[in-house]
Amino acid sequence: MVKLTINGKVTEVDAEGDTPLLWVLREQAGLTGTKYGCGIAQCGSCTVHIDGEAVRSCVYPLAAVQENQKITTIEGLSATGDHPVQQAWAQLDTPQCGYCQPGMIMASAALLGNNPEPTDADIDKQITNICRCGTFQRVREGIHLAAKINTAQSSKGSAK
Amino acid sequence: MTIETIKVSRRQFVFGAAITGAGLSVGMALPLSKTLAAVPGSTRPEVNAWVVVAPDDTVTIRIARSEMGQGTLTGLAQLVAEELECDWDKVTWEYPTPGENLARARVWQSFSTGGSQGIRSSHQYVREGGAAARQMLIEAAADVWGVKSAECVAANSIITHTPSGRTTTFGKVANAAGQGVPPTTVTLKDPATWKVIGQPLPRLDTLEKLTGKQVFGSDVSLPGMVNAAITACPVHGGKLASFDAKAASAMAGVMSVVAVGDDAVAVVADTWWHAKTALDKVVITWDKGENANVSSASIDAFLTEGLSAEQAFVGNEAGDIKAGLARAARTYSADYSYPFQNHATMEPMNATAVWTKDRCEVWCPTQNGEAALAAAAAAAGLPQEQCDVHKVSLGGGFGRRGASDFVTQAVKIAMTMPGTPVKLLWTREEDMLHGYYHPITKARLTAGLDAEGNVDALHVRISGQSILATLIPQGLRDGMDPVVFQALAAEGDHALSYTVPNLLVDHAMRNTHLTPGFWRGVNVNQNAIYLECFVDELAHETGQDPLAFRQKMMRNHPLALAVLNKVAEKAEWDKPAPAGRHRGLSVCKAFGSYVAACAEVSVSADGKLTMHRIFAATDPGYAVNPQQIEAQVFGSFVYGLSAMLYGECTVQDGAVEQRNFDTYPSMKIAEMPHVDTTVMPSGGFWGGVGEPTIAVAAPAVLNAIFAATGTRVRHLPLKNQALRSA
Repeated sequence: MVKLTINGKVTEVDAEGDTPLLWVLREQAGLTGTKYGCGIAQCGSCTVHIDGEAVRSCVYPLAAVQENQKITTIEGLSATGDHPVQQAWAQLDTPQCGYCQPGMIMASAALLGNNPEPTDADIDKQITNICRCGTFQRVREGIHLAAKINTAQSSKGSAK
Repeated sequence: MTIETIKVSRRQFVFGAAITGAGLSVGMALPLSKTLAAVPGSTRPEVNAWVVVAPDDTVTIRIARSEMGQGTLTGLAQLVAEELECDWDKVTWEYPTPGENLARARVWQSFSTGGSQGIRSSHQYVREGGAAARQMLIEAAADVWGVKSAECVAANSIITHTPSGRTTTFGKVANAAGQGVPPTTVTLKDPATWKVIGQPLPRLDTLEKLTGKQVFGSDVSLPGMVNAAITACPVHGGKLASFDAKAASAMAGVMSVVAVGDDAVAVVADTWWHAKTALDKVVITWDKGENANVSSASIDAFLTEGLSAEQAFVGNEAGDIKAGLARAARTYSADYSYPFQNHATMEPMNATAVWTKDRCEVWCPTQNGEAALAAAAAAAGLPQEQCDVHKVSLGGGFGRRGASDFVTQAVKIAMTMPGTPVKLLWTREEDMLHGYYHPITKARLTAGLDAEGNVDALHVRISGQSILATLIPQGLRDGMDPVVFQALAAEGDHALSYTVPNLLVDHAMRNTHLTPGFWRGVNVNQNAIYLECFVDELAHETGQDPLAFRQKMMRNHPLALAVLNKVAEKAEWDKPAPAGRHRGLSVCKAFGSYVAACAEVSVSADGKLTMHRIFAATDPGYAVNPQQIEAQVFGSFVYGLSAMLYGECTVQDGAVEQRNFDTYPSMKIAEMPHVDTTVMPSGGFWGGVGEPTIAVAAPAVLNAIFAATGTRVRHLPLKNQALRSA
């Protein structure tokens, strides 16, 4: 058994050390919000945060995760689904089929965590997730809107 | 496209013969229908098949078509809600099952979701369903009050008796309404009075997509469920010869290694990761058959021969093409080609099945619930009445999930362990190898121009695959596949947007071993590139402005002309493009809608393409939800431009060479042009939305590339072409 800190809870999982974190999350922790798309870190559907940084979990072996590292999945991004990225996505009706969106949202949230007001060029560089429905136009708009929501919330004294 | 043919015949989308099964008699012990919320219960009273109103006034609208991102779910709900006169804020939805549809004499009609048909082929009966429910609710209220129903009106889920001012809510009379007699006729609202249709309402299914709560097919979890991974013969048409499962069977979590049909091996394990890793260790011998000799080069030669073949099916003809070309002041000809492409839905194919000798149930993302049910029953060796399919969210469809091959496989695997639910999930590699590929074709276009540079004659020869011949042969007309001529047809949903006095569009059918399928946009993808780039060539060859050149041939096509003029106006075609940028145009009628695009690109000295922006216009007749239409326009552009930039499946030794997104790339956000969409519904007809605009993205960009570089790209994808000579 291995102990992981997932979405703020210490969770025991039973998997071989070379099991990708993606499958540990989906099949051991029962968190199916994180998706399988390619298995070779090309599409980003499996993006989660480890200590706030975006990680493609389909190629991240369980053995590489330390118990004290904080894993955040789409289910744990916010308690009530109101992270600024989620708010922006809802306002713009960004998702289409929705399958890539947990990864897209996690990648966008990580970008904003490191860079509260990303430019279009920053977005081009940092958001490399594939979306076959082609939601990119509203993803870009959504990241800019989330940055504004974040600023507005911060100025009101809310937690970031 | 012949809609009826496709709708009906897709039900034939069933493979293989029934399997005799493992013979064990195990009762179905699972609470099968309680695992997912979206299973309509007969326990809840309905007003009619389309509408359920709860005592708290929540309105549940039943949706027969599949939502796969295209927004049809919300659009269809808007159609029902408009006529029902309910409070939109109280609307939710659910999928009926294909089994219920069967049991109720197809009360929901077709479940098939393809060909941009969701709304345009069901708007009438769906609205009638809403109107009938409203009338039944009003009758019930009038009954309670002892007044004439003609004195009552419904609005916003409230029924009012106008003379007395008494009111009640839908929820209070819904039970009684459901006992009432359905009206024999209903009158639909005048479009001028629509309040819900035409509004840019938010989708009904967005919030669960933001939190990871949305259950896709691959997320299905049932009590006692096991997981399966599969590999089929990499050469289409090849068979399984033998396999050695010794090493795999000893691996962690592995429960069984089984042959599936005559061409695949699956590993069943406690987790999918265990199944997948064990499958890699199964030693398999394939009998690849004669298709192992096929390569991209041999297919290319096969199709090239068709470009000048004597015999071809005539899809559209006017005047006398031979005389037209013979008397031309000048003839001009060019060859184009378009490759195989995989749908590459973000979610690989999957299905979950549980089988006993008496019953089979399947949970799967499908674009055609009824075809999935037929496939499940055929595989299970049971009548359809003893089977059902529970539709689960699709992680993309694009046409791929109209097929049910994965359902057949899941049921066959489930039959090896009666009573145990088995979830089959393909790897991305399996998905790339076993697609229903975008058909491969080539085209030779020959124009006869008069002395003033007018197109007097045009011959479009297409050589290549027919989807219908392979998948739905009963849809052929005397051997001809009408779908091949999309966007080049004489009339109808895919009518050619130009008038040419002497015209011939014909098809030398050349089918390969790789199975073709319906791929978002289907044959308009390549046909629009062939025609719109060739028309652009003719304009440049004769020194005419590409807009004016098109306009001359479009006098009899006012709606197509209107969308073309709109993008020209938005792009300020009459003024020079911004410095360093170049523009290209494209126009088309597809899936019943008129669409046009003007792309603005630049190409650097070393040949790097930047797509700055694209102006798009679409006239779908009626626009049910403009903000969703806008999303479909820019979304379809990503799909179409990914195909233009990168989309290509090549064949070596009979097998597709691309196995994942590293060798089959898809466009990223950095490459995305800004899309400025004008939705301009002219009313009076119902055109499609999900697919039409895909037709114009690539040709507009390719024409802009020519304007920028003088390089005419005639062979797709672009990744294989140098835009500037080194």
